[in-house]
Amino acid sequence: MFFLFVLTTIVFLIGAYLYRVLRGPTVFDRVLGLNGISTKAIILLVVMGAYFERVDMFVDISTGYALLNIVGSLAIAKYLEERGEVF
Amino acid sequence: MSLVEFSEMARLFMTPVAIGLMLVGLFFLFVAAVGVLRLPDVFTRSHAVSLTDSLGALFLLGGLAIYQGFSTNLIKILIVLVLLYLLNPVIAHATVRSALRCGLKPWSREDA
Repeated sequence: MFFLFVLTTIVFLIGAYLYRVLRGPTVFDRVLGLNGISTKAIILLVVMGAYFERVDMFVDISTGYALLNIVGSLAIAKYLEERGEVF
Repeated sequence: MSLVEFSEMARLFMTPVAIGLMLVGLFFLFVAAVGVLRLPDVFTRSHAVSLTDSLGALFLLGGLAIYQGFSTNLIKILIVLVLLYLLNPVIAHATVRSALRCGLKPWSREDA
């Protein structure tokens, strides 16, 4: 029951980051918001594993998600830096 | 006292500690979400996303790891935590550096 409470709270917190992604003034705000959402998703997967009592399986998925997250975010950040204009 | 009994007792003792740690972590995640909504600039928002978020993740995943007891799951959760702590500052740094090199001016009190 406590894990369900944690899960719902984190899902509601993702709404704040989603607002920043949709409404960010610059593109860097959107990238930061996406990074925050990815961190929340990693935590969410581990807590979900504790809720279903299958932590050993869900933790592997969250590790893969963390690795995908850094590759995507670094690629976007490097691309924007090379491009060199704010839009 | 056998090892299994000791493990059971430790689990019984550690569950309130784990729940307290997870509540603290939720508080920090909430503070980070408020910061993402309220702060005025990319450079200030990156503090909320990278620093406060990492602290909340530390408390939440640490509480979960304590809740699991001594097992393989504890090691796996700690691996995820180490990975998060390696990757999150790198991403925030890359984003903020690209924002600075694109010519964004940091927010100052005169802009308010």
